[in-house]
Amino acid sequence: MATITPDKSLDTSGLNCPLPVLKTKKAMEGLQSGQILEVISTDPGAKADIPAFCNRTGHQLLETVEEGGKYIFYLRKK
Amino acid sequence: MATERFAIIATKGTLDMAYPPLILASTAASLGVETAIFFTFYGLNIIHKKRMQELKVAPVGNPAMPMSFPPSMKNGFTDAIASVMPGPPQLLGVIPGMTDLMTYMMKKSIKEHGVASIPELLDACKEAEVKLIACQMTMELFGYSQDDLIDGLEPPAGAATFINYVMEADKPMIVFV
Repeated sequence: MATITPDKSLDTSGLNCPLPVLKTKKAMEGLQSGQILEVISTDPGAKADIPAFCNRTGHQLLETVEEGGKYIFYLRKK
Repeated sequence: MATERFAIIATKGTLDMAYPPLILASTAASLGVETAIFFTFYGLNIIHKKRMQELKVAPVGNPAMPMSFPPSMKNGFTDAIASVMPGPPQLLGVIPGMTDLMTYMMKKSIKEHGVASIPELLDACKEAEVKLIACQMTMELFGYSQDDLIDGLEPPAGAATFINYVMEADKPMIVFV
């Protein structure tokens, strides 16, 4: 997991559905194709919502890390 | 690619019922689906400049309403109340001020749980290019002018225009809230 170096990081800690997804979408807009976004969330719903967002939009979910009540997602822009 | 259109009909003007259409629409649009909300009857209040500030949640006629206290109000006393009373008895709901109290508590809970406010969700909808459409007929019925409503809306439309817009898509979906 330490091998992934994100180009941008987004911390949505404390925010609840649907804000993590909305902010992820917005953060993605600022990236180039192939760049990696790190999304940090404390919303248990995000565990399923971020993969669903990737499934719909075509961005690639590289890895999900769960640590200390936080979910960290690594997304590669389509 | 086949066109998809996801449309929500928002008919309720209470704080609790303003959330589902705005959450679903902003999320659907963020997932790349062309999305619209048709605001009709009391749903118009969600996009009414003044009334959107005054959306309330009513304990009367809402037996499902849980009285969960905002995290900052949780203590031994409120825990005791919550343990014997999952929600305010319907009869108490008619006491003047109860609706305002419930609204205050819900807004406090919303904020403390990191849930977006209604204006924030409306901004998110606009940013994600959700089409916000006011029902022409209800605007006239309620005496709302275009100036009474927030900026960034589509032109007001009638039922036929709305249905036609949705059904034109290869994969249309309409949800009634």
